[in-house]
Amino acid sequence: MSEEKKEKRKASSIDPCAVDLLKYAEECSIQTAFSRSDSLKPCPIGAEGACCKICAMGPCRLKSKDGEDALKGVCGASLATVTARNIARMVAGGTAAHSDHARDVANTLLAAAEEHTKDYQIKDVEKLLAVASNFGIDTSGKTKNEVAKEVAEFVLKDFGQQKGEVSFIRTATKKRQDLWREHKLVPRGVDREVCELMHRTTMGVDTDPEDILDAALRTSLADGWSGSRIGTDFSDILFGTPKPIKSEDSLGAFQKKHVNIVVHGHEPTLSEMIVVASEMPELIDYAKSKGAEGINLVGMCCTSNEILLRHGIKSAGGFLNQELGILTGAVEAMVVDVQCIMPAIADVVKGFHTKLVTTSPKGRIPGAEHIEFDELHALDVAKKIVRLACDNFPNRKDTRIPDYGKTMIAGFSHEYIKYMQGGRFRGSFRPLNDAIISGRIRGLAGIVGCNNPRVDQDSLHDYLVRELIANDVLVVQTGCGAHASAKSGLLRPETMELAGPGLREVCEAIGIPPVLHMGSCVDNSRILTVLTAVAQEGGLGDDISDIPVVGIAPEWMSEKALAIAFYAVASGLYVIFGVESPIAASPTVQKIMSEGWEKKVGGKLEFIPGKEEMLAATLAHIDKKREALKLRKYEKGKFGVEKVLMSMADRRKLEEAAHAHKGVGGV
Amino acid sequence: MSRHIAAAAIRGSHKIAAEAAEALNMAIAAKGDDYRFEFPDTAFYLPHIFGMTGMKVETLGQMKDALDYAKGMLSAEPAQEEYLPYLGETLDAGQATLFAEEILLASRYVLGLEPVVEKIDGSDFTYNGFISDTILRDLGIQLVDGSMPGFAVIIGKAPTDEIAVEICRDLQQRNILTFLCGNVDGDSVTKQLLRKGVDLGWDARLVALGPETYHALYAGDWACRGALTFGGKKGGDALSVLKYNKDRIFAFAMVLGPMNDLIWSTGAGAITYGFPAICDTEVPEIRPTGVCTYEHVVSQTDHKKLVDTCIETRGLKITITKVPVPVAYGPAFEGERIRKEDTVFEFGGQKTTSFEWVTTKELSEIEDGRIEVIASAETLAKIESAAPGNTVRLPMGLVIDVAGRKMNPDFEPVIERKLHDYVNCAQGVWHMGQRDVNWMRISQQAFGDGFRIKHLGDIVYVMVKNKFPAIVDKVQVKLYLDDDKVKEMQEQARAVYKARNERVASLTDETVDTFYSCLLCQSFAPNHVCVISPERLGLCGAYNWLDARAAYEIDPTGPNQPVAKGECTDPVKGRWKGVDGYVFQTSHQTLEGFSAYSIMDAPMTSCGCFECIVALVPEANGFMIVNRGYTGMTPIGMKFSTLAGTVGGGVQAPGFGGIGKYFITSRKFLSADGGLKRVVWMPKSLKEALREDLIRRSEEEGVPGFIDMICDETIAEDSEKMLEFLSEKGHPALTMESIL
Ligand code: SF4
Ligand code: SF4
Ligand code: SF4
Repeated sequence: MSEEKKEKRKASSIDPCAVDLLKYAEECSIQTAFSRSDSLKPCPIGAEGACCKICAMGPCRLKSKDGEDALKGVCGASLATVTARNIARMVAGGTAAHSDHARDVANTLLAAAEEHTKDYQIKDVEKLLAVASNFGIDTSGKTKNEVAKEVAEFVLKDFGQQKGEVSFIRTATKKRQDLWREHKLVPRGVDREVCELMHRTTMGVDTDPEDILDAALRTSLADGWSGSRIGTDFSDILFGTPKPIKSEDSLGAFQKKHVNIVVHGHEPTLSEMIVVASEMPELIDYAKSKGAEGINLVGMCCTSNEILLRHGIKSAGGFLNQELGILTGAVEAMVVDVQCIMPAIADVVKGFHTKLVTTSPKGRIPGAEHIEFDELHALDVAKKIVRLACDNFPNRKDTRIPDYGKTMIAGFSHEYIKYMQGGRFRGSFRPLNDAIISGRIRGLAGIVGCNNPRVDQDSLHDYLVRELIANDVLVVQTGCGAHASAKSGLLRPETMELAGPGLREVCEAIGIPPVLHMGSCVDNSRILTVLTAVAQEGGLGDDISDIPVVGIAPEWMSEKALAIAFYAVASGLYVIFGVESPIAASPTVQKIMSEGWEKKVGGKLEFIPGKEEMLAATLAHIDKKREALKLRKYEKGKFGVEKVLMSMADRRKLEEAAHAHKGVGGV
Repeated sequence: MSRHIAAAAIRGSHKIAAEAAEALNMAIAAKGDDYRFEFPDTAFYLPHIFGMTGMKVETLGQMKDALDYAKGMLSAEPAQEEYLPYLGETLDAGQATLFAEEILLASRYVLGLEPVVEKIDGSDFTYNGFISDTILRDLGIQLVDGSMPGFAVIIGKAPTDEIAVEICRDLQQRNILTFLCGNVDGDSVTKQLLRKGVDLGWDARLVALGPETYHALYAGDWACRGALTFGGKKGGDALSVLKYNKDRIFAFAMVLGPMNDLIWSTGAGAITYGFPAICDTEVPEIRPTGVCTYEHVVSQTDHKKLVDTCIETRGLKITITKVPVPVAYGPAFEGERIRKEDTVFEFGGQKTTSFEWVTTKELSEIEDGRIEVIASAETLAKIESAAPGNTVRLPMGLVIDVAGRKMNPDFEPVIERKLHDYVNCAQGVWHMGQRDVNWMRISQQAFGDGFRIKHLGDIVYVMVKNKFPAIVDKVQVKLYLDDDKVKEMQEQARAVYKARNERVASLTDETVDTFYSCLLCQSFAPNHVCVISPERLGLCGAYNWLDARAAYEIDPTGPNQPVAKGECTDPVKGRWKGVDGYVFQTSHQTLEGFSAYSIMDAPMTSCGCFECIVALVPEANGFMIVNRGYTGMTPIGMKFSTLAGTVGGGVQAPGFGGIGKYFITSRKFLSADGGLKRVVWMPKSLKEALREDLIRRSEEEGVPGFIDMICDETIAEDSEKMLEFLSEKGHPALTMESIL
């Protein structure tokens, strides 16, 4: 995009609900992230990663027309050092966020196992046992709580561990583990890596860009193969492993005659309890006593994904919808915990009856009511919040609930993806691998990450999803990317009509949409699990880096997205990010993160602003991987495998055996 | 569209589960919860349910639990639109259907409704019903090893009787074993074949299981046990059992006529085994691969292409050796009998002089492919007179001259022994015996189809050339039909037979330095090794030392490898350094080696296809032997099938082992443990089959009359009675040194 065009651009959305509400905001002169992004341009130096402000000799702005090496910081730091340090610190931030979330879930599991709370129980014993077996925990003769306690304690060590390897590393492919060990990329402990990365990147420590970035990769692995993984697996154990469920995603999810409560943020611990509370007859009666017909719980952001996948709770969309939801005038309470919560909502609620409730001891917002959540009294807190929302119902004034709604099928945990390809006895990844090998499916893409008002809301997600499925690429989604597709109806099986002919056949055989909703942002760990299973299934190389797959976060904004990108790359993926490049200033850093990493770990991270270019790079990478695997060249509509018809001689070769028992010369 | 299939299969599963529940309730009402049931002759409970879950269902009450398990796999039909995924659920519904069908059939057995007996064209026809373990062991191996390259389950009815016959003949010619079940409005392929006078049965490889779709489960039960017996898979390890079938059992379903919910549902169950369905109607296809090796559901409306489509969909390549004779040729015709009245030509059988003889010649002495009928004018005239109703009996000297750079006279008997199979495979031709006690018949039907005496030569020529390619470069066949000439040649042959007998007798474990291994069975018992010595043949009975040596010549990199004995470390138990080293390596380090002559100390392992099982009877201080095919009880309280379950899988089980039948009369038979004198019990039929050799051997052992000291089932089936008998007879084992 040229500078000039950027000037004229007015932040908008392709979501008709959002467009309606943005119009209303404009009429009432209510500021939103959209309008603020129009008026507040990003600082051009910081945006490219060229500004260092980690000490008071600076900030040093190292951008020069004369190239990368023209300027040095007061301390002598090069642009490459500064850029690498900046992005590394973002990775530390993202890793900290996911992992701290996971810590809470793990502590909740421990509390449940030790029966310190009645509000949480082990819901998914099968998953508990599966996780336990990862760690070689002997489960025979133990109660589920005993096993859960051991598992929780085993994994809680990951956070404070000083030496060794974090727990889930051992679930990667053998080849990947060896590679990580070879390059010293295995995280020792979550907190240690984050802490060390902050130390390395403070004034006057590590100034070798490659070394800094290696440390960032190691830190990110503590996210992908520990923090996020714990977040996913332990939530499954506590609240159930998702399987497909039908629901809706739209700002039209609010109901005119019900008490509408929005849970927004990330952690499932509180939202799960609010689900329980909102379904309690006593509270429904309470809502009725306030003149409402019932209670309508709606999710937003990743908290939404958590309760959507497990309970089918409707969603009002992702990150950029948080202010817009309040504008409907129909929200009695917006309950938030941590991450991606715009402080702006405290201002927006001022014009409406909506109560903003903060709940996390880690996240307070001036102007909000704070009802602190703790897992030992979870249900009581949840009930209190629901009651507060009901109490607020009589204060409701005009509402403007948009009238566009789309259904979706969500809930593709990796366990279900395996199941859906063969049922309980034959579940495997063989059909998926076969489909890729035969060219029915050209490759895989994970389209994940945030919304960012710097681009029209959902526009890049939507473009890429549609184009990729039309090109026979099976798409998986999480986070706000999944919200984007849900809102435009792409998560329905009928979407297979838009898919290429090969992908469509596969969708039809299994009964799935060509776009699979796998959950929240921490659930990107599910994608790693799926890809590991694909690599282990055989026929597509022996590591994630061999698979024709690309990860894309076209509308990213959060530090968490960068942490995800780093661990995905370290796990062998090619990752493409859209919007702005935080490393645009330094060709050296760009080179390390693309060519350098591709050599080192088989994955790379590139920032590509244009959507057509993102698409082209994705398809080119998929085809490159196909070629490396010597798979048939992808041609739309032409697929199938050369059948190997097994003659006796072939079978003999296959199993070193011939016509046994017939004797020599047998008929 | 697949959703349609899913909906039908899921509906079908609900219906059959309800039907099973109803039948089970009736059975329980009649017999009570604690009534014990097992299918006839199986050690695997309800085999499919056992294979999938490890549940040992032995009573009607336990069937309720199994049915509850099945109900747990039922789900709701997918919605018309915005539906949830259905493939996994459909396959589970298919599995639930197989569970329900098994319980339904078991209940029907209890109620006396199985196997089904139906009046067909005026006479009672009894369907096969459940397939016993014995048949499984007799035939199953051929499925696993590929000599019976696949099996078809035909459900329904062909559009015409002629098409039904064509399809089944086509399958027979390709050596495929075909099961028949299901019906369309009461008519079925079974009935169509019967109307057309086609022989059904195991020998013909056309087996009618029952008249309903659910009878297909019997075939599934068989496949499941294939994995449990030959594959050494454990009950409850569903994934292994099913994958074993996908990889090694080349089965498919052929659905003739309209589909219904139960067919779809049963088909979904079959798919979990990796068995695809090929339908002769327009149906929605499922072409992406992965649960099966290739497509899952295929439609082929052209009946001429149907068998080909099936075979291709299952990923089978079948090469049949084309034998240039005017009758059908293949193992499906091997077992047929020809009655005296239907015979046009007859040779041997003690009625005329006859023999068959493979003899080695110089390459230059043979004109490859020459088939010569040597007969006087008189004999020829007699042949001319042959016609239905007029059986012509002739002498026959079948002489096969072979030559080849690697030919060795030791291979002559190896080839000769195969003549029986080769000749028998022609439809309408029957063969029995060997050497100078052979006996052949050619039927009216074959004669009518144009089969002549010369064709016997064609068969032998083509088969010998094809099956012994590395040994035999040239073959010519002479058929002598005049009595004087036959007698003359027979003398020559007899001299050779005698020399061969002497050669075999002189072949002892001590006189050779090389044994041969056989690793054929590693395809299903991955750590099992047979080491074949002159005095101990393979436990399947199909390979002796000469066979193995010939097999090695034919395929030097094949599964029969020379094993240098090396230094003998224990001449009594039969241990050699070379053998132990080889066993260690080829058992993938699971066995340190084994003793050739002992069953008590590190015995040879068993794969699953032994002819006989030897088992310790401690109270008698000896062993009993039971052969496959004997289905009665034995003195140790276990039938063959149960015993077999404890012996196979390639592990050493001191005191138990599988052996080839002829090992019993070898001088090395358990010689370290006391030898033949330890044998206290064996089925009568086995005793009779080995009678002469047993007598000879007991004389050598210094116990003449020993054969009458061996107990059998006509004397005792339990240990107590047996002991009484043994002491009455003064059986030597009772006074021998204690075996333990
Ligand atoms: S660390 Fe160096 S580059 Fe950064 S602000 Fe301080 S002086 Fe400037
Ligand atoms: S995708 Fe981005 S914006 Fe959305 S919840 Fe995750 S981190 Fe926040
Ligand atoms: S000799 Fe042994 S390994 Fe070979 S076919 Fe017979 S039983 Fe199997």
